[in-house]
Amino acid sequence: MSGYLLSRVAQALFVLWAAFTISFVLLQAMPGDAILIKFQNPDLGLTAAQVAEIRASYAVDSSVPMQYARTLGNFLSGNYGYSVQAGVPVGSLLAAHLPATLKLATLGFLLATVLALLVAFLSSLTRFSWLRGALQSLPSLFISIPTFWLGIMLIQIFSFRLKLVPVINPGPWQELILPVLTLAVPISAPLAQVLVRNIDDAMTRPFVAVARAKGASRFWVLSRHVAKNALLPTLTIAGVLLGELIAGAVVTETVFGLNGIGGLTERAVGSQDAAVLQAIVVFSALAFVIINLAVDLLYPVLDPRLRTKAGAAA
Amino acid sequence: MTAFDTFHSDIGAEARREGNRRSAAISRLRHLPKGLVLAWLVLAAALLFAIAPSLFTGHNPLEGVGGHQLKQPSAAHLLGTDALGRDLYARIVYGAAQSLTGAFVAVGLGLVVGTGLGVIAGSVRPRFDDAIMRIVDVLLSIPPLLLSLSIIILLGFGTVNAAIAVGVTSVAGFARLARAEVVRVRRSDYVEAAFGSGGTFASVLWRHVLPNSLTSVLAFASLQFGSAVLQISTLGFLGYGAPPPTPEWGLLIAEGRNYISTAWWLTTAPGVVVVLVVLAANRVSQSFGKASA
Repeated sequence: MSGYLLSRVAQALFVLWAAFTISFVLLQAMPGDAILIKFQNPDLGLTAAQVAEIRASYAVDSSVPMQYARTLGNFLSGNYGYSVQAGVPVGSLLAAHLPATLKLATLGFLLATVLALLVAFLSSLTRFSWLRGALQSLPSLFISIPTFWLGIMLIQIFSFRLKLVPVINPGPWQELILPVLTLAVPISAPLAQVLVRNIDDAMTRPFVAVARAKGASRFWVLSRHVAKNALLPTLTIAGVLLGELIAGAVVTETVFGLNGIGGLTERAVGSQDAAVLQAIVVFSALAFVIINLAVDLLYPVLDPRLRTKAGAAA
Repeated sequence: MTAFDTFHSDIGAEARREGNRRSAAISRLRHLPKGLVLAWLVLAAALLFAIAPSLFTGHNPLEGVGGHQLKQPSAAHLLGTDALGRDLYARIVYGAAQSLTGAFVAVGLGLVVGTGLGVIAGSVRPRFDDAIMRIVDVLLSIPPLLLSLSIIILLGFGTVNAAIAVGVTSVAGFARLARAEVVRVRRSDYVEAAFGSGGTFASVLWRHVLPNSLTSVLAFASLQFGSAVLQISTLGFLGYGAPPPTPEWGLLIAEGRNYISTAWWLTTAPGVVVVLVVLAANRVSQSFGKASA
């Protein structure tokens, strides 16, 4: 087990290092850079020598391998570089923007889970085939809706038509209602799809027939026997969901003008602030690696069948 | 017996058989899943929009008409007009070329590069196979949107660059699928037989392995097409795709945002079009998946 643990951690560290390298190659090793964009503007009245001096202070004038070694060392020691546009360390920029995104993402994920469970359980419990069909086609509809458009539609309907959610000076929780809903819809889709499939799978197992034959109701079987078997495999798409959450946060925060990591990402791309984007990419990869590692290590703990060799082979 | 029945029974057996055959054909047509037919129709319409937009609208998508600003949908302007008096329907029709070309470029890139990588990984010695698939795993560890944004910072804004950025995010998926397929096909008897009858590695790969791996790769490609339309419209909305006044679908929605309280049609209509095209592409891909299974 400890050998397995070590190899999984080593694998995770490799993926993280490689993600850092890819993002460095894409973002830092490129010819045009944010410093030129910001300081080359003739209105600033800087001479070429002064621009070169600024470039030297940001250490973008040395050779690419040198820059790579220094950036890697800096990242390892917790220094994520300077945002050229904002003029502050990237680390403090991220720390300032993180709480808003965490709040949005947590609430969005919770709502998505509730939505997915509702769709999956109701479609399994209902006796009407048309309702079942309608519920089961919801995820594929949700997946096809552009997140940014959904946000705009929600503003249009709930803020401008029905005037339920104020646009101007909303309360701290009021302003989160529509963004959380916007974020939850695209995340609930893959979750619901996996749940529906797992429930359908589990429903065909012999233990369900036994429980039903003993007189258990559909609801009893679903909540006592099937749910356990259907919920566990959803853990395997945790990494995909993280990607959806991050993409959703970028779009949702842009549409609703929220000041989180997503909005920061959008502005960083607009002003070619590569250092900020690289830090965001590396931290997303870190989150991805940690989540997948946790799922891999937790799975045998949660599923007793995988604890023994014989169970794992079955 | 009514006159109709009499008439019917008078027809010779030959004709009746002919009629049966025809009604069988009709019922087969009728039993085609309606959703799938609709999906093909939507895709065909979008494709025609892209190929010959002038057949569908007489309005100019780039030049507005004075005095026709922000008009509600009407007979003259099917989907209303925008703040410059441009016909929204015409802009959506002309925008199809932008959005669909972008999606084709993106999927083409992912298909060629990804499948290439996967086929190589599945065919070479295990050590190289491991190395290639590790790199692919790393690509999967970066959220797709962040990966495309990184590429956009590298390449700059624009239609083609946005398409490339979206295409790169699908490389990993294609590579994994293609590798799995090649490994599966390579183990089959006929490939062994082809090697046994003196086929070289390249000829067996080209004549046997590749064609047999392609079905599921194509099903995946059509699924990616829908997702590419979605991602390209997202990049367009964020302002990283085609520059205004290009009528790209995502950009149309972004421009309509400023008139959200007065002109609902400006954001609603292009979004509905995107949803329909993506839904249709996903439905068609699903039917491919079933056919290949």
